[in-house]
Amino acid sequence: MANEVILLDFWPSMFGMRTRIALREKGVEFEYREEDLRNKSPLLLQMNPVHKKIPVLIHNGKSVNESIIQVQYIDEVWSHKNPLLPSDPYLKAQARFWADFIDKKMYDAQRKVWATKGEEQEAGKKEFIEILKTLETELGDKPYFAGDDFGYVDIALIGYYTWFPAYEKYGNFSIESECPKLIAWAKKCLERETVAKSLPDPEKVIGFVSELRKRFGLE
Amino acid sequence: MASGEVKLIGSWASVFVMRARIALHLKFISYEFLQETYGSKSELLLKSNPVHKKMPVLIHSDKPVCESNIIVQYIDDVWNSSGPSILPSHPYDRAIARFWAAYIDDKWFISLRSILTAQGEEETKAFIAQVEERTELLEKAFIDCSKGKLFFNGDHIGYLDIALGSFLGWLRVVELDANHKFLDETKTPSLTKWAERFCNDPAVKPIMPEITKLAEFARKLFPKPQG
Repeated sequence: MANEVILLDFWPSMFGMRTRIALREKGVEFEYREEDLRNKSPLLLQMNPVHKKIPVLIHNGKSVNESIIQVQYIDEVWSHKNPLLPSDPYLKAQARFWADFIDKKMYDAQRKVWATKGEEQEAGKKEFIEILKTLETELGDKPYFAGDDFGYVDIALIGYYTWFPAYEKYGNFSIESECPKLIAWAKKCLERETVAKSLPDPEKVIGFVSELRKRFGLE
Repeated sequence: MASGEVKLIGSWASVFVMRARIALHLKFISYEFLQETYGSKSELLLKSNPVHKKMPVLIHSDKPVCESNIIVQYIDDVWNSSGPSILPSHPYDRAIARFWAAYIDDKWFISLRSILTAQGEEETKAFIAQVEERTELLEKAFIDCSKGKLFFNGDHIGYLDIALGSFLGWLRVVELDANHKFLDETKTPSLTKWAERFCNDPAVKPIMPEITKLAEFARKLFPKPQG
C-alpha cells in the first residue's frame, strides 16, 4: 500500500519542526501544508478536533496528533532505518524523560522571555536559563543527548534553537555566554541535512516574533 | 535485564504511583514499596529524582526511572515476555493511546483537581461543566479504542486503562465532594461499566485505595475555607 503522508504545520512552530526532522531522518516523502492559524483549514479541524492545533500528521488518511507522539509513531512505523530512540529500555526511558522535561518546561518559560516585560520578563529569563543549564548538564560532553547518535531528545529540543536569536534580542541577553556547550550541540545538529532543511531562518523567526509583540502591544 | 531488584518510591494515595503498581502487578513483578511520609521527601526520592523531586520513582537494579507513564512503558519494555502487553502492538493504536493518556493528564485531571481548589460556587460550577465535557470525550474515546471489547486496550488492561483507571478513586472523592456524578449509566454508559471492570481486575483491586480513607486524605490536602 502506498504511503501517503501529509503534514499540517506552521513554519515557525518548534513542534512542527520535530515532525519534519523525524520524517526526513526516516527518508519519508511527505506533503507539507502550511496552515494559517487565524483561519484554520477544515482538514485541520477535522483531523485534530480535540486540540485544533498543528502539527497534524496524516498517514494514509488517519491523523496522529501531538509532536512528541508523532516522532514516536514515525520511529515505530519506519523502524527499518535510523532509529530515533535507543533500543535499551533504560536508555529509552531516559530519552523519554528528557523529551518530557522539555515539553513540561521550555514552552512556558521561553514565552515569558519574549512576550512579557519588566519583572515578569526577568523572572522568565532566569527560569529559561536554568532550564537550558539543566539540559546542558544532561548533555555533558556527549555529541548528542543519547551519546553518539542523533535522536529523540535532540529532535525534541533543536527547534527552539531557531528562536534563540529572538529570545536574545527581546530578552536582551546572550544564551551562548550562559550555555556554550548547548550552542555547540545545536550547531552540530544543524550540520545534518534533515535538520537544516526542517528549520526556518532565525531572522525570519525574529520578524515573526516582532509581529506578535506588536499584536500584544509590546512594541 | 529483567532480573534485578525492583523498588518503587510512592504513596498509597497517589494516582501516578498507582499506575506503576498496576503495571508491576500485570507483569507479576515483586517489588519493595517504599512509602513516602506525607509532608516530607525522603533523601532517596530527592537523590533518585533530582529534577522533579516527585513520586513515583521506580528503582530497578539501582537505576531510577521517573514519570508514571514513562515507568509504565519501561515496565512493558523490560518484562515484555511476562504477562499481557501493556502498550498496544500497532503503532497507530499506540499513538492513540498516548494521545488520550496525555489528554487525561494535561486537560481532564487539571479540571478535576480544580474542583477541589475552586473558590466559591460559580467557579466550582464552571469546573464541573468542564469535567463533564472532557469526560464525554473520554466516553467516545473508549468506544473508539475498545472496538467492542472490555478495556481501552482490548481484552486486557493496558496503557490507557491504567492512565485513566488510576484516577477512579480520586474521581469518586471529587464526585462526593461536589455532589455530582461524572460517571453514570445515562451519561457515560461505556465508561461506567469499564470503571467497574477495571476496579475489579486482580491487578488493581488490592491497591485501589478505600474511598473514605482517600476522602479523609483529600480534606487534609485540600482544606476547605471556613465560613
